[in-house]
Amino acid sequence: MTKQIRQLDRVVIRFAGDSGDGMQLTGDRFTSETAQLGNDISTLPNFPAEIRAPAGTLPGVSSFQVHFADYDILTPGDAPNVLVAMNPAALKANLADLPRGADIIVNTDEFTKRNLAKVGYQTSPLDDDSLAGYVVHPVALTSMTVGALAAHQVSKKDAERSKNMFALGLLSWMYSRPFESTLRFLERKFAARPELVAANVAAFKAGWNFGETTEDFAVRYEVKPAKMQPGTYRNITGNAALSLGLVAAGVRSGLPVFLGAYPITPASDILHELSKHKRFGVLTVQAEDEIAAVGAALGASYGGSLGVTTTSGPGVALKSETISLAVALELPLVIVDVQRAGPSTGMPTKTEQADLNMALYGRHGEAPVAVIAPRSPSDCFFAALEAARIALTYRTPVILLSDNYVANGSEPWLLPDVESLPDLRVEFATKPNGEDGTTFLPYLRDPETLARPWAIPGTAGLEHRIGGLEKADKTGDISYDPANHDFMVRTRAARIETIPVPDIEVEDPDGDARVLVLGWGSTYGPIGAACRGVRQRGLSIAQAHLRHLAPMPANLGEVLRSYDKVVIPEMNLGQLAHVIRARYLVDAISYNQVRGLPFTAAELETTLEEVLKNV
Amino acid sequence: MSEPVAVKLTAKDFKSDQEVRWCPGCGDYAILAAIQQFMPELNIPRERTVFVSGIGCSSRFPYYMNTYGMHSIHGRAPAIATGLSVSRPDLSVWVVTGDGDALSIGGNHLIHALRRNVNLKILLFNNRIYGLTKGQYSPTSEVGKITKSTPAGSADAPFNPLSLALGAEASFVGRTIDSDRKHLQSVLRAAAEHEGSAFVEIYQNCNIFNDGAFEQLKDPSTRDDYLIRLEHGQPITFGADGRFCVVHPPGGFGLEVRDTSSVRPEEIVVHDATVTDPAYAFALSRLPGLDLRNTPIGVFRSVDRPSYDSVVQGQLAAAKAKVTETPEQQLAGLLGSGDTWTII
Repeated sequence: MTKQIRQLDRVVIRFAGDSGDGMQLTGDRFTSETAQLGNDISTLPNFPAEIRAPAGTLPGVSSFQVHFADYDILTPGDAPNVLVAMNPAALKANLADLPRGADIIVNTDEFTKRNLAKVGYQTSPLDDDSLAGYVVHPVALTSMTVGALAAHQVSKKDAERSKNMFALGLLSWMYSRPFESTLRFLERKFAARPELVAANVAAFKAGWNFGETTEDFAVRYEVKPAKMQPGTYRNITGNAALSLGLVAAGVRSGLPVFLGAYPITPASDILHELSKHKRFGVLTVQAEDEIAAVGAALGASYGGSLGVTTTSGPGVALKSETISLAVALELPLVIVDVQRAGPSTGMPTKTEQADLNMALYGRHGEAPVAVIAPRSPSDCFFAALEAARIALTYRTPVILLSDNYVANGSEPWLLPDVESLPDLRVEFATKPNGEDGTTFLPYLRDPETLARPWAIPGTAGLEHRIGGLEKADKTGDISYDPANHDFMVRTRAARIETIPVPDIEVEDPDGDARVLVLGWGSTYGPIGAACRGVRQRGLSIAQAHLRHLAPMPANLGEVLRSYDKVVIPEMNLGQLAHVIRARYLVDAISYNQVRGLPFTAAELETTLEEVLKNV
Repeated sequence: MSEPVAVKLTAKDFKSDQEVRWCPGCGDYAILAAIQQFMPELNIPRERTVFVSGIGCSSRFPYYMNTYGMHSIHGRAPAIATGLSVSRPDLSVWVVTGDGDALSIGGNHLIHALRRNVNLKILLFNNRIYGLTKGQYSPTSEVGKITKSTPAGSADAPFNPLSLALGAEASFVGRTIDSDRKHLQSVLRAAAEHEGSAFVEIYQNCNIFNDGAFEQLKDPSTRDDYLIRLEHGQPITFGADGRFCVVHPPGGFGLEVRDTSSVRPEEIVVHDATVTDPAYAFALSRLPGLDLRNTPIGVFRSVDRPSYDSVVQGQLAAAKAKVTETPEQQLAGLLGSGDTWTII
């Protein structure tokens, strides 16, 4: 039968199921197929902290949202056009996010009395009128998968587990996705068990063919490739990009990368990824605790490595004393904080931007460090390089504030030319720097960068001692001299404050905006999408986004003061707004949400329009 | 990182220009002098030697050694030294710590450095007191000790540092005394030659806050009857004319001290530091009583186990050996790995 093909410019699909249903994998594969086709993409995984929460319950629901379009998009989308619900819990947990008229594909096999009761459905929503406003496609996903695999040499359990590939096949057919990359993926993933390759491929094809033949799906959709800059792309998550950025920093500096890390959600993937790159000389140590992780990284930096530690908020709190030591020792150190919802254990798999205060101020004494934040998944690559550049050039700890949203979200990444990446080579001290030609002064600074010499053990003639006790200027000897301490405290502050960082750029296509939206970190996408929406309604609004939070761009005060109003949306209770008000005496409007989820563009748009009304 | 140059060094070469600021009469002076005198023996260039310390009186040690050194933060020296040692296998890395630094605030790092067998020489100066903070009881103070923070006597049982180290899978464990330079140097020599973690407890007198803590082991009138000097391959006897000995009573779990005259010679335990089962060294570590009688000194345990450093560096070397491209080419390959697509 010939199906009607309809063109769309954008689609948001959410795959939702039990934590064990393989929804992250399904979403990931669909994303990869979509990337191959050349759409712009943005993704949002959302899963519980429990590895296997009780089956069929609301807390156990795991979902993956993918937004793809024939133009450049900035967010994973506010509301799904299509929900794939593998069980009643997945339907119930996600229904409120669906706009009326959305398509819902449900696995009817899981809508049993018991499963319905588990989530409080008295009657099946498939049988009553509660889904009347949606286009429901009931599909017996599990039994059709098992049926399709009847001739295969796999257990019933393995056959049932392949149902996610049936769903993927169906969706791939619906949206005309190229599936070769998925077939290749299955061959790689189950290389050791060819019968599972065959079963999963068969399940995928059964799903595809079901779409092709059933009358329930009368329409097939196409989303044309987006107009993207020429070049080679891959789809990448923030954690993967950040890891590659650290490997690149090692290559471009010529230094071994040393990662000290302790497992913590959502940063552990960086440890996993970097542990695979030993051929680059990347050395990873899974330490006994967060303190040891940063301690080992600092010890490695002292020995001439690029010392890195990766963690989330609770880990940064534990590392605080060692970061202060690194401030005193004036050694390079990169601390990656993949922020999650706090305080304490909080919501480990949900996002938040509430560690800014800790990054800026969370240490004893006057202990300034540089702080930077990536704005998107692929930007994590460049942010990691920038963190390494500052750490190596200025011999300082740098805190890189990623968050769960950019860390696990993904987008297409135009692969950079390796030669175009910044040159991070550094020079170790090799000979005495005192005026007499024989003395080594470990705290004699480079007048331009204020960095002290990096004299690594093994260098003859430069033997010296450093430590946490206050040091005399130039000699580095222990000093309790009041004037020296005052000088050293001010110098350490100046070291950070004078790091040159690029001016902040303002996006104001109309050129007459009177309201500026200022953001930092992962809110770039939602803020950008909201600003587009505002402009599409004929209103003017300017957007600026901070990458460097310490030091801040030199032109920031001037930019802020040139607008009537400044709005600062943050996934915290106003931490950047507080800094901006204090530093620049600008009466910024703080807009906050701490729901563990990124802002939706729609809610930001509404907020911005309210502000615009009152200008 | 130039190649080592064979230059004959002396104790003077290891003295830094810093004024030593321990209290007059502190046991640390003796240890410092012994180590400065001993270092030239190792034939390791000064620039390849690094002392890392934590916080406490003993942790000022690196400032006085004319080598590379880092005075870090309380308890963390083993962690910092681990990063340095594993990334720089060409260095000789020493950790100087105290009973509070290593066993209280830094207990976790100590046990993990030992179980990993990081190539560190860990010198624990045990004076059974917090000196730098002016006299609180420490994790090695005896039960009931009256200090500023325990006016009614301390309530908690102390650690036996050697038992702890052995429980943490230490491959080298030894003990010595600040006042016996020759013995101290002999234990350090053995530690320096050991591949992997070497843990050495040094009984050290704090003459201000815990004076005479080890007096019975030093006083010529008592020391021979109190100290058991372990020597590899020798029967364990001590006291005047070897009147005491160590035996392993049948049916018992540990070692016991007997009058030598009361046992047959073949019953006397012959010391073997290379026994694989840590139970033997552990039993030795349990011999001393509260009055310090029967305190073994020397090398309790010295067994071969691959160091963490060598395993990790071996993995790096194996991975690098397969590389045929420049780092930039490798990086370009890595960035472009996985599913990619090209837009023209």
